[in-house]
Amino acid sequence: MTTQTTAPETPGARRTETPSGLVPLPEKAGRALALGGSVLTIVSTFLAWTWTAEFPGDLTVYGYPGGLQVLVLVGAALATLFALASYGLRGLGWLTPAGPDAALKFATLATFATSWYTVLAISSKLGGLVNLEPGGFLVALSSLAALAGALALPFQRPEPEPIDPEDTGWEKFKHSAAHGWETIKAVFTASGSPRPVPALPSYAEILIIVASLALGLLVFTYGIGTEYDEQFIGFLITAGFGFAALNKAGLIAHASQIASRHQNITICGAFLAAALFPFTQTDDQYATLGVYILIFATVALGLNIVVGLAGLLDLGYVAFLGVGAYAAALVSGSPSSPFDVHFPFWAAVLVGAAASLVFGVLIGAPTLRLRGDYLAIVTLGFGEIFRITANNLDGTSGPDITNGSNGVSSIPNLDVLGFDFGTQHDMGGFTIGRFANYFFLMLIITAVVVLVFRRSGNSRIGRAWVAIREDETAALAMGINGFRVKLIAFAVGASLAGLAGTVQAHVTYTVTPEQYLFAGPIPPNSAFLLAAVVLGGMGTISGPLIGAALLFLIPNKLQFLGNYQLFAFGLALILLMRFRPEGLIPNRRRQLEFHEEAEAPTHLTKAGA
Amino acid sequence: MTTDTTTKDTAPGATAPGETVLDARGVTMRFGGLTAVRGVDLTVNAGEIVGLIGPNGAGKTTFFNCLTGLYVPTEGEVRYKGNVLPPKSFKVTAAGIARTFQNIRLFANMTVLENVLVGRHTRTKEGFWSAVLRGPGFHKAEKASRDRAMELLRFVGLDHKSEHLARNLPYGEQRKLEIARALASEPGLLLLDEPTAGMNPQETRTTEELVFAIRDMGIAVLVIEHDMRFIFNLCDRVAVLVQGEKLVEGDSATVQGDERVVAAYLGEPFEDAPGAEEVAEVEAAEAHAEAAEAHAETAEPDAEAAEAAETAETDADTTADAADTTTDAAPGKENDR
Repeated sequence: MTTQTTAPETPGARRTETPSGLVPLPEKAGRALALGGSVLTIVSTFLAWTWTAEFPGDLTVYGYPGGLQVLVLVGAALATLFALASYGLRGLGWLTPAGPDAALKFATLATFATSWYTVLAISSKLGGLVNLEPGGFLVALSSLAALAGALALPFQRPEPEPIDPEDTGWEKFKHSAAHGWETIKAVFTASGSPRPVPALPSYAEILIIVASLALGLLVFTYGIGTEYDEQFIGFLITAGFGFAALNKAGLIAHASQIASRHQNITICGAFLAAALFPFTQTDDQYATLGVYILIFATVALGLNIVVGLAGLLDLGYVAFLGVGAYAAALVSGSPSSPFDVHFPFWAAVLVGAAASLVFGVLIGAPTLRLRGDYLAIVTLGFGEIFRITANNLDGTSGPDITNGSNGVSSIPNLDVLGFDFGTQHDMGGFTIGRFANYFFLMLIITAVVVLVFRRSGNSRIGRAWVAIREDETAALAMGINGFRVKLIAFAVGASLAGLAGTVQAHVTYTVTPEQYLFAGPIPPNSAFLLAAVVLGGMGTISGPLIGAALLFLIPNKLQFLGNYQLFAFGLALILLMRFRPEGLIPNRRRQLEFHEEAEAPTHLTKAGA
Repeated sequence: MTTDTTTKDTAPGATAPGETVLDARGVTMRFGGLTAVRGVDLTVNAGEIVGLIGPNGAGKTTFFNCLTGLYVPTEGEVRYKGNVLPPKSFKVTAAGIARTFQNIRLFANMTVLENVLVGRHTRTKEGFWSAVLRGPGFHKAEKASRDRAMELLRFVGLDHKSEHLARNLPYGEQRKLEIARALASEPGLLLLDEPTAGMNPQETRTTEELVFAIRDMGIAVLVIEHDMRFIFNLCDRVAVLVQGEKLVEGDSATVQGDERVVAAYLGEPFEDAPGAEEVAEVEAAEAHAEAAEAHAETAEPDAEAAEAAETAETDADTTADAADTTTDAAPGKENDR
């Protein structure tokens, strides 16, 4: 990075300097401190942290960790494992295929952040440090010690760039700040590139997939079931840093490599894990969240065909969900529907999807001749036109079809083959409530969308979509009928959203125009849908699903933020786009697009995985 | 028509020799008041390699775009195998004319194999439903397409890189991949827009052999190029375009000997300028002095010194151009749209 301006002997001098840690401690002491601190943190989670049960989660019991203590315990256990692995303990090598140090740093950071957040939350909520029991002080000190010890581990310091003597003070400040940031980044950079995955017998690989899916289900269930704000924030902290630790250890890379070897098994397993979710719940409260997340995620995945594959920026996508929902609501036999018909579910689904398809073609045919920004603006306009039209078809401003702003209400529950979705059912000792019923139905719809996405993405038509996105002129010169292919993408995306809409109408009982805004605090709306796609990772299957889950859960759980919700959301998006522009689950292609300096992997796994 | 994988000698789109493949008559292209191409006639027969040369701004690429359906000519018509070309570029490709671009336009974030598979688009029919339902026909067609694409990659020598991203290929291989992608659409006529721009002599020679091999498959080739040596080695006929009009057309010797061509590239001599013999003497002396380091051809002082000068001049021109094209991020000639 230093250029010709440095004298020839400086790099040599630098090289002799042994790499040291951020905290001035000998390496051995640091490692011991990290291990000791982590073990002590584990111990401290079994002590009482405060004297009163006034702080939620009851942290007063000896020998039984509760609430935030569990999160700290998980983080500390992870840190202990990584610390032991960093001693080269036999049998733990598989934990850290990419080197243990960076993983250890992140794990101790997770523990430290969660425990200090807890301690501070206790003190501020109950009014002062005096409310802490010895266990609280112990956890604060031991997690700090562990973090300090981990930060004492050596790392490769970046060389500062030479300073231009003519720099003004501000430029010098910027320069040193940039160097400081580079150093911080270097501290948390994994030392080695991950080892290749050893060849395992396929039953072992499948077991690994099952275990990771079970872990995913566990984390998700815990997150959705958090009962108070402190616990959810603590969960976000632990999960975020813990995920980073696993990533730096190289475990995520290994797991995804193994998963890509058994794609079909992974996808089926993921659906199975999702289907198990209602059985982990005792009441219907969180199944409600599950259904809404699935609706949101399914629509986001449909949008991913339009945006991620074909590259058509659609800002009015939620209108297709609305068309599907209205169509299903109007033929559902609802008393406020002007049509006195009651279609069976399969017919309602067909009507909803077909209505969205027609609407999509009607909007697409005139607009898809536009490129880029113009298309975005026009689709934005059409999305609003749908909402306003639905508002006006109330019998006074226009014909009475949608019942205006009151919407179509009292939509009856579905009844498929004698299975009433509105009542509870007992299945093998588990009680499956109304929302859990719809959860299963929605899961099937999601599976259909995943199937369509996967199969169409990896075919002649999918390649044509990507080609259009990459270079429209060249794609035309290769004989691709650009307009037709784009219209297919638009229509497919629209009908998939309509499919989800038909279920949504029944889940929510009521369909009103105000559910289908361009932007609003409650997902799904067009802006959130697009955000879920971009945040999760364009062109992938798991990306929008995870992005949608996060985008739904975070505002839902952080309602104490009130009016600042959207502000926090915007801030989070900006930060994410700054530091991970390719999304949480990057498509290999897009990862290369944004990080050209990274070593170019020579092989790609199957597209769209 | 999609499963013709065994043919090595003749391509599926090949034409019987002697037949006229491309027939452009009186093609005129106006942009407002500017006439970029004026009344150009050009025919390409089966089994022929035809070159199109001309100074920068002569309207070569505009003429090319008229042939590929990107522009609809203001006047005149273009016939491919007797049928007037449709006005859409994807229909032109379906009819059997494939092209490459002056500044490489690959699908950078797709793999090499996927790029060629996109080229197969017009010769396969599987639509959305077939992709979702995945019947036996889908798998068969997909396999046939992949086999054909791999065959083409082997033909251009890129089969070992089929899983690489197109953007990671070196420059010369990107050019080859563009040709393979164009061949995948089973054309009867291949249009190459400056295929050797930015290449070193070895790469140019490889390209030359590749174009001959394509001709031997029965595909007619029309090529725009600035590299005179390449053009005159390669082409059966060369047409010269100057300021939108066709100046001469004929074999290499005719074009090289034509004074108007020399004048178009180098300008007319002044009234009181030194005569051709004096020029030749000076050139010869200079060439002699530089013979040690200069290449063999310029060391040959003969009456065609002027021509030698021309070659040198155009060579320099080509290099400058190449520099232009390789820094492809901001090319001054974005005339493919």
